[in-house]
Amino acid sequence: MHGSFLSHRGGFWFWFALTLVLASVVAYVWHEPIGLPNGGSWLGYTLGTIAALLIVWLTLFGVRKRAYYSRLGSVKGWLSAHVYLGGSLLVLGTLHSGFQFGMNIHTLAWLLMVLVIVSGFYGAWVYWRYPNRITRNRDGMTRDLIFREIADIDRKASLIVEGLGSPADRMVISAIQLFQVGGGAWQQLGGRDRSQMMIGVLKEKQKSWKRVSNSRQQRLLDELTGLLSRSTEPKEAALLQELIDLVSRKARLLKQLLNDIRLQGLMEIWLYCHIPLTLALLATLTAHIVSVFFYW
Amino acid sequence: MEKRFEVVIVGSGPAGLSAAGRAAELGLSHLLLESTTHLANTIQRYQKGKHVMAEPGFLPLRSSLPFDAGSREDILAAWLQNAKKLGIKVAWNADVTAITGQRGDFVLQTRSGKSVRANHVVLAIGLQGNPRKLGVPGEDQPFVQYQLDDPDEYLNEEIMVVGAGDSAIENAVALARQNKVSLINRRDEFARAKEGNLKQLEDAVERGRIKVFFNSSLRSIEAQSNGEHRAQVSLTTGEGDMQVPVDRIIARLGAIPPRDFVESCGIQFPSRAANAVPELTHQYESNVPGLYVIGALAGYPLIKQAMNQGYEVVEHILGRDIKPVDHGLLAKKFSGLPFGLDVEQTLDKIKKNVLCFGPVNSLRFRELILESDVHTPKAGEVIFSRNDYTNSFYSIVEGSVEIEIDEQTGKRVTVGEGQFFGEMGLISGRRRNATVYAGRYCVLVETPRRTMLRLLSSVDEVRRRIDQVFILRAIHSQFAPNSNLEDLADLVNSAELRQYAPGEVLFAEGESGDELHLVRRGSLTVSRYLHGREVVLSYVPAGKYVGEMGLLGNSRRTASVRAVVPTETVVMKSEPFLALLERDPKLKAQVQTQLQARLRANASMESSTEGGELLSFLMRQGLGEATDVLLIDESLCVRCDNCETACASTHGGTSRLNREAGPSYASIHVPTSCRHCEHPHCMKDCPPDAISRNASGEVVIADNCIGCGNCESNCPYGVIQMAPIGGSQPGLWSRVLFGAEHKKVKDKEAPKRAVKCDMCTNLKGGPACVRACPTGAAVRISPEQFIELVRED
Repeated sequence: MHGSFLSHRGGFWFWFALTLVLASVVAYVWHEPIGLPNGGSWLGYTLGTIAALLIVWLTLFGVRKRAYYSRLGSVKGWLSAHVYLGGSLLVLGTLHSGFQFGMNIHTLAWLLMVLVIVSGFYGAWVYWRYPNRITRNRDGMTRDLIFREIADIDRKASLIVEGLGSPADRMVISAIQLFQVGGGAWQQLGGRDRSQMMIGVLKEKQKSWKRVSNSRQQRLLDELTGLLSRSTEPKEAALLQELIDLVSRKARLLKQLLNDIRLQGLMEIWLYCHIPLTLALLATLTAHIVSVFFYW
Repeated sequence: MEKRFEVVIVGSGPAGLSAAGRAAELGLSHLLLESTTHLANTIQRYQKGKHVMAEPGFLPLRSSLPFDAGSREDILAAWLQNAKKLGIKVAWNADVTAITGQRGDFVLQTRSGKSVRANHVVLAIGLQGNPRKLGVPGEDQPFVQYQLDDPDEYLNEEIMVVGAGDSAIENAVALARQNKVSLINRRDEFARAKEGNLKQLEDAVERGRIKVFFNSSLRSIEAQSNGEHRAQVSLTTGEGDMQVPVDRIIARLGAIPPRDFVESCGIQFPSRAANAVPELTHQYESNVPGLYVIGALAGYPLIKQAMNQGYEVVEHILGRDIKPVDHGLLAKKFSGLPFGLDVEQTLDKIKKNVLCFGPVNSLRFRELILESDVHTPKAGEVIFSRNDYTNSFYSIVEGSVEIEIDEQTGKRVTVGEGQFFGEMGLISGRRRNATVYAGRYCVLVETPRRTMLRLLSSVDEVRRRIDQVFILRAIHSQFAPNSNLEDLADLVNSAELRQYAPGEVLFAEGESGDELHLVRRGSLTVSRYLHGREVVLSYVPAGKYVGEMGLLGNSRRTASVRAVVPTETVVMKSEPFLALLERDPKLKAQVQTQLQARLRANASMESSTEGGELLSFLMRQGLGEATDVLLIDESLCVRCDNCETACASTHGGTSRLNREAGPSYASIHVPTSCRHCEHPHCMKDCPPDAISRNASGEVVIADNCIGCGNCESNCPYGVIQMAPIGGSQPGLWSRVLFGAEHKKVKDKEAPKRAVKCDMCTNLKGGPACVRACPTGAAVRISPEQFIELVRED
């Protein structure tokens, strides 16, 4: 009833692209150009024209994706064709070059094309593998639910520490205030947690407060379990145990959240290469075509 | 001797105010009784700046007061100004508690102990009902309120909120921001409250902002002139009696539905159904002579209708024979008819000819025709086609129609004058099961679903007549299209209708039973106990049957059958059914083939327990009443939200689906999006009747939506939103190149309309969400495909 874009219409575009690739390889092997194989032979021009048209058409995917009224196929069909025809371009474009590479605009165009295609392959791969990973990691939660539950835990924790007094209250409250997820691209992709907290330190018999990392709430858990191990009062111990349970739950949610951010980031990051490289490719391609005809 | 008014009007809403306005204009001695201190309380309670619409647009206004679409403030100001100009006499704080007497000698008692005498009484109290009072000494003190308009009005007060519902909790939480609040609950828990509210309450209690008294009730309220606080409340709590000082009491005990009061005046209702309206004459007169009922209470919830009735009722009281304002509309409706009769005669003719309308009173019948369409189709014309999703009801005034009951053989039956058809679609909420062709010279009345449902719930006799024919036709088309109707008499007479609540068991595995259930509305699941667990094996929608195994000789039930949603079945007994099978060997073979197919399907489901779990998950999400639902396969979804963007872009900037919200099971995600229910909850209470189902099945909201928000709160799946009208759509290229988004209307007070998924009815290519999904994760499927989906997984 439904299926992935990779198997759209029984993999029609896969077979189409494969036929195109095989046909051009056969033609390349069969063709006997004057001199070395190059873009200037009739086959070179044919392959070049097909490849250039393909590049323009592949770029139009960005338009079709946003043309919500369009009845020209489905976006899924377009993506399927985009992936397989884009892949075939690797062969078509390379055969067009006749393997003549140098330090020039033509080879730059080829290189950009390869980079766009490789980033696209990565994209197809993450689109294939990551949705399941994200689903498994989320385990029925949404980001909104996770944030809400963390807020709920914080609220409960701050009520509990009112009965505990220093130093637990300062540590717990500061851990809540200095809690931080997200951040820049590296933080997101690395699943890093920059949360901090304050702990009391004795320095020359003077007590002062110091900021330390509280990544994954681990430091807070260490401090609280330390307090619990030294606690002699049953009531205080009960409150500490309750706090530890809450913070452990928060640590688990946090892990889930950081993982979600990381996976989602990895699933989207390639577009930040794919699109700018495509634009660069279009510009270089134009220069390549113009210069070829200019020097003709 | 106290003064006796010619007419006393109870309630100053649109209907009552308009009646009083006409009476004042004509110089009639009149009095308008209003239980609060301002006119039109219901409209006053609309939120500030709300845009009020003037539906139905086709109906002209006939009133001494003006009314046009506009803001709440403008409308109220215009009414107040005109009420003064016309010299309407109003008695404020006059909450009527009893009406006795009859034409020429009515006595009305008010709560404050006054009585008013009148020759005629017009009851226009609407349906909101009065707030339930505390019922203890001091309940009417000025600091005791039964409503809270603006919680921020109060600061640093001791406030006691009484009640256990959502409004009490919401008020308490809002007031607790800058006051000390206590909340009084008669019971030991808040069972009726929404989860979100409970959480907020819990928070506020934990922070010490609200103190809740459970198992507690008020005994008395004593005002205090000296002392820190305004009053002292005596409270009975679970731990004994106590005194609590307060500055203010907010009691939110719900409203008393007006029905009991109306019945205490002697007015009769035709049935116990909650939405039944009193029996009234043409002139809006009830069964109590001289006592008239108009407005929402009479079944007319729209402002304009109510105002027209207010005007007309005064004319009727004066004995003037004015034609109802709809006369012209009916004349136009009837203009194409070949009868050569005037409006009243045509109405009489239709009523006389169509059997099922016989028991309907004339006022309601007029309304029914006004809401219906009259057709004179050419012979052979298709009235509706098999598999259409329409659900209107047709009656034959003259001529006949032919119903094609068997698609393959093209066999048709003729249904003649006075009969009706289309009841299956109306009752089951599913596709039409036959194509209907017009006969020669036929005249048809097509009545919309809502009008018919209202009629069915208020006139039992109509319901009985339609049900009888329904059973006959259902059995005929399902089991015996080749038999004569006479042969079915035994089976039909022994059949009965049964209702089941969601989750109720029709029969359980291992029981003995020999009844066959033909589902006429709702849906069922079939399940078995396997390896110590109940596993759902299949889903039975309306139009299909279960239990045939019991009939065919195996009287021990091999599976349990349970209702998913409110369900109604036609129950058939085994003896007459077996007799029928004996007479028709072909039918017997057919029933056996179907049974085998089902057993085979069940066996294959049994081999995959995960499939059964997924099916029961889908049922728990309410998909048992869906006709078309959006599902997302999370193993394919890349969370790009192109579905939402596509929806927003093609629908004025508001996405009607929320991809991420909603539950998931085994990678199937049910996003918050309309599932186009068989019996849409949203249609239940739409004043302008703006929600309808298209022939192709989509439930859509038309432009005459007045933005009241009823559908939004009636939808149990949260898929309807109120969105401002307008905004502007950027072009394709500015979206591609610059990521431009839809510009929304910024003005917070701009008129709003209800919006929901319309399955992109107006887009030729079909639903934009599915077409815009790049990976194939989004699919729209109908319940018949659930089993397919489950097997695939």
